[in-house]
This record gives sequence, C-alpha cells and structure tokens, in this order.
Amino acid sequence: MRAPICALLTTVVLLAAGPARADAVHDRLPACLACHGDKGQSTTPETPSLGAQQQAYAVTQLYMFREKLRKADIMNQMAEGLSDDDLRALGEAISKLPAPPPAADAGDAARIARAQALVGANRCNACHTPNFAGQDQVPRIADQREDYLLRTLREYKSGARTGYDATMAEVVAPLKDQDFADLAYYLARVK
Amino acid sequence: MILRSISARSLLLAGTFAAAVAVVGTAGAQQPAAPAAPAPAAPAPATAAAPPALPPGSPLIGRPDTEAAMKLAPVIPPPIAAPADKVAASRLTLPKGFHIEVYASGIPDAREIRLSDKGTLFIGNRLQDKVWAVYEKDGKRVQKAIVTGMHRPNGVAFHNGTLYFAELSKIWKIDNIEQNLDNPPKPTLVYDDLPTDEAHGWKFIAIGPDNKLYVPIGQPCNNCIPDDRHGQIRRMDLDGKNVEVIARGVRNTVGFDWNPANHDLYFTDNGRDWMSEDVPQDELNRLTKVGQHFGSPYCYQGNIPDPQFGWGHSCSEFVPPVALMGPHAAALGMRFYTGTMFPAEYRGGIFVARHGSWNRTHKFGGDIAFVKLNKDGSVKSVEPFITGFIVDNKYIGRPVDVQPMKDGSLLISDDYDGAVYRVTYGNAPRTANR
Repeated sequence: MRAPICALLTTVVLLAAGPARADAVHDRLPACLACHGDKGQSTTPETPSLGAQQQAYAVTQLYMFREKLRKADIMNQMAEGLSDDDLRALGEAISKLPAPPPAADAGDAARIARAQALVGANRCNACHTPNFAGQDQVPRIADQREDYLLRTLREYKSGARTGYDATMAEVVAPLKDQDFADLAYYLARVK
Repeated sequence: MILRSISARSLLLAGTFAAAVAVVGTAGAQQPAAPAAPAPAAPAPATAAAPPALPPGSPLIGRPDTEAAMKLAPVIPPPIAAPADKVAASRLTLPKGFHIEVYASGIPDAREIRLSDKGTLFIGNRLQDKVWAVYEKDGKRVQKAIVTGMHRPNGVAFHNGTLYFAELSKIWKIDNIEQNLDNPPKPTLVYDDLPTDEAHGWKFIAIGPDNKLYVPIGQPCNNCIPDDRHGQIRRMDLDGKNVEVIARGVRNTVGFDWNPANHDLYFTDNGRDWMSEDVPQDELNRLTKVGQHFGSPYCYQGNIPDPQFGWGHSCSEFVPPVALMGPHAAALGMRFYTGTMFPAEYRGGIFVARHGSWNRTHKFGGDIAFVKLNKDGSVKSVEPFITGFIVDNKYIGRPVDVQPMKDGSLLISDDYDGAVYRVTYGNAPRTANR
C-alpha cells in the first residue's frame, strides 16, 4: 500500500509547492523524494531510486514526462509547468544525490553468473559502462530497485515503454522474461 | 579545392578489405569512391574481419572486450533545443566563398526536412512527437508544430499541395496544408501495413519522379536476418495502393533522392555496428532495376561478407554500393543539387548529411559530404563539404538532412541543436531568422 500513500503525499506537497518558480529544486525536490525515497533511495515498490542518476538522462525523462512523451500519470502531473531551466536544475540535483546501495543479501551466485553472461552477450556494459553507473543519456542502473528494473525491461520488450531513443527496444528484442528476471536480480546487487 | 582526391581516386579500384581499411585509416575524411565489384577471383576478405575463435552464429561475435569499446553508446541529443546563439552554425568550416546562417532554431529533434513549392519548410521528429512548419506570414518568419502526438514522425514529403508524413508504422497526409497552417485539419491515413518495430523503424520518405511514395523499412536489429517485411524499400501510389518492394538487403536507409540526369534512385544505407572500428562503411547505393538486393545482412559495403550471416553467401550475389560513406558515419539525408547559386562543379552532385558515428572510438562524420558523379551516374569522388560538427571528439551539432532551396541555397537540419541552417554562396542575400 505504499504507492497510493506516496502518491497522495505527492499531491499534497505539489499543491503546497504551487507553480514552478526559479527555485524548482527547493520547491519540487521534496515532492520527488516523497516517493523516490529520502536522498533518492527508493523504498517504494516499482518506483526507481534517483540517487546519482545521470543528469542528461534525468533531464530527458523529466522532459518526456512534461511533454507526455512518456506516460505515467503522477510524473506527467509532477512535471507539468516546469520550465526548461527547472528540468536542468532538477536533473542536476538528482545527479548529486548519493548512489543507492546494493541489495543487502549476497545473492544467488548461479543467477548472477547467468546475468553476467547476458550482460556480456548483449553489451549492456558498453553503454551503461562496466560498473553500470551509466553515462550522459544512458542511465545508471547499478543497484536500482529490482522490481523497477524488471518492469522496465518488460515494458521495453512489450513496447509499453519506447524510450527517447529506440536503443533498448533493439537490445531486448531477443531476450526472454527469465533473462529480464536474472538481469534485474543481478543489477540490483552490483557491488 | 574541394576535389583533390588523387590518392582516393587511385584507390578507386581497390576492392579488398585491406585496402578499404587502409583508406579509412590514412585519409579519415576521404573514402574510395566505390568498392570494386566483388570479382569471383578476389581473395575472400572475411578472414580479416571474423573473430577467429567464435563459431558462426555466436552472439558473442563482435562483442567488444576492451575498455575502449565499453565507452561507446549511441549519442542521444538533448531534448531541449539549443538557444539560437549557441547552435553549431558559427563554428562550422565551409569552403571559401560559402556562408552559413541560422534559418530556424528552437525546433528540438529537427530531422527530415522538405520544402513546398512555395517555400514552406516541413520538419519531422524522430525522438519527439511533432511535425513542424517554418513559413512566411505577413512578412515574418513563423515556426510552429502543426502536428503533435505522433510516434516518431521522422519522414516528411510534399506533393501538389499535400503534406505526407511518416510515423514509425503509419503514413499520413494533410491536403492543402499551406492554406491551413493556422489550424491544420486532422491528418488522413495513407498506409499502415508496416511493422511496428522500434529499432530502425523511423522513416525517411519521399515522392519520386514517378509520382509514387517511397517508404523504407529497416532491419529491426543491428544485425539479423530480416523477415519478408523488413530490410527493404517499398513504393506505392499516393493513396497507399499498389505496393511493391523495389529494393531488398537494405539495413537502414534514412535518405534517398533521384538523379535528375537518369532518374535512378540513389540511397544511403547505414552499415552494421560492432564489426570493427573501421568497417563496414556506410553505403551510397544506386537502384537500376526493381527488386535488386543490396547485401545486408549477408554482405556489407559490397565486399565484406558478414562474419555471422555471410557464410554460404558471396558478395557477388548482391549489388555493391556506388560509394562508401565512411565507418559508422551515419550517412542520412541526401539530395541532388540542381541549383545555380553554388559553383558549377556542384551541379548534378549529391549533398549527404553524415550524422556522425557513435560505434567508433574516434568519431567519424559529423559533416555534410559532397558526392561528385561521372556522366554515367557512377561516383567520381566523396569529399567533406561542411565540417566541424565534431569538436574534441564530441558533437556540437549533428546534421540529419539537406534540402536545396529554389534560389540554390542549401538548408541543413541539425537534431542535436534543434536548428536548421542555410548555406549560401558569394553575395547571395541572407535571410537570418530573427
């Protein structure tokens, strides 16, 4: 039941914040973190951690939410009325939050080995970099929430999420659901 | 001078893999004008490209295992257009006597561009959802999104007052668009019997001298054997009927035009990723017969059998390119130049926007190339025309398409800065957007 509570809280914070002003970070970031977690470390199901996210990627996603190029009711609502400068400022603030820690458990070695083979064969580490911190428009996926990673991979496969660029659709095309599960499991546990 | 490619010319007939690599390695900006038609007697070049230890078909073929390869990712433009004073135009290098100005800015993701007879410029989007128009109204330059909410509406074409545009998998039209720019009516569907794959699904479209609509469908992958519906160019009547596949073995063309001298279709085609830094090069192809096969994914650049899918095939089965456009160069939009503003040597040649590489350590392309043709329509040379989109191995802008204007000047779209530039020669009047 965390998501609805967080959504409600968001609406309250959003209303309190009023229309976007020059200090978007001061006004808006608390509303972001209500769902995305204190310091950007999300504990909300299927809601990503934002900490240390690549600024260019964050700005692009915020832009897509604002322009409704990426559909998600709460996020579309959150980004409404933000100026280009607001998007840049929020992107920068998000990128400076601390990176999320890996999932607490050590992880199943066999699953991790399977995922690492998939990473190699599909060159995940070329764009997302070997430690999965991402670069520029390519997001950090290291230690992201497992449920969010899995959902996102499935959405790329089904076409529910197209991405700004079509790169991920090309990458996931040959992969199967078990591959997604293993990849999400591993990426949530990158040490 | 523009045409100084004696060394490139001397390699014109060099068809071996090694020669192709050598030219790229030494000349950088120059390519051999054409690979030799792969002769049966030529040494098989595949051995140089194939990773030795992997069996055919292995998904690990082409996998980079070095730190250098781990830094390569598709370059995605910022979603927000650069301000007019920050776009690339003023930092570009042009041949003597040419000038460049900002024709329009603040148009994020400006992709294919197309002029109407009256001078209205239509602009498509690949990553965003709009079709834009730039036009004069009451003596002022106006720019506005005339269609929104479309999925990757990259392609735009214009014919007898009608705007055609291509989403990822649907072609639409709006009749009498120029009488309705203030309040454009809803578009009418022309054709949607198209695959919906995201990868290489966005389209460049054009209407040929035969008054037919030409629609490409890329391979839905980097490198794979496409089914019967992919890897081709189709043409159809303007109402979407009488569809026929006119070219196969096309990996992903994002630009084509017809040679006014012989009416042959010439098209750019992007080579596959991850084979190596220097090969394959992108292709410039010429269709001389309906149904020709241009090699992908079995043979790239006319003389390299694909390490994965080339087994059991020979490059001699396929139509080779008429020119190589550079490694991972992303040769996209192209137009024949028939204007009179530029010096005579440009007449009848082709301007090609090379968007620039991502799958290469030292970026290549990021320029407008000029392709000079011989009288018989073969390629004489490929030379950079406008350079400078890459600074310190980073993009300051990325050219997507070119479009000559009625007065002989040349428009260039830039999807990285979200702008359109206009190139003039000599004392031609400039009309910078204010």
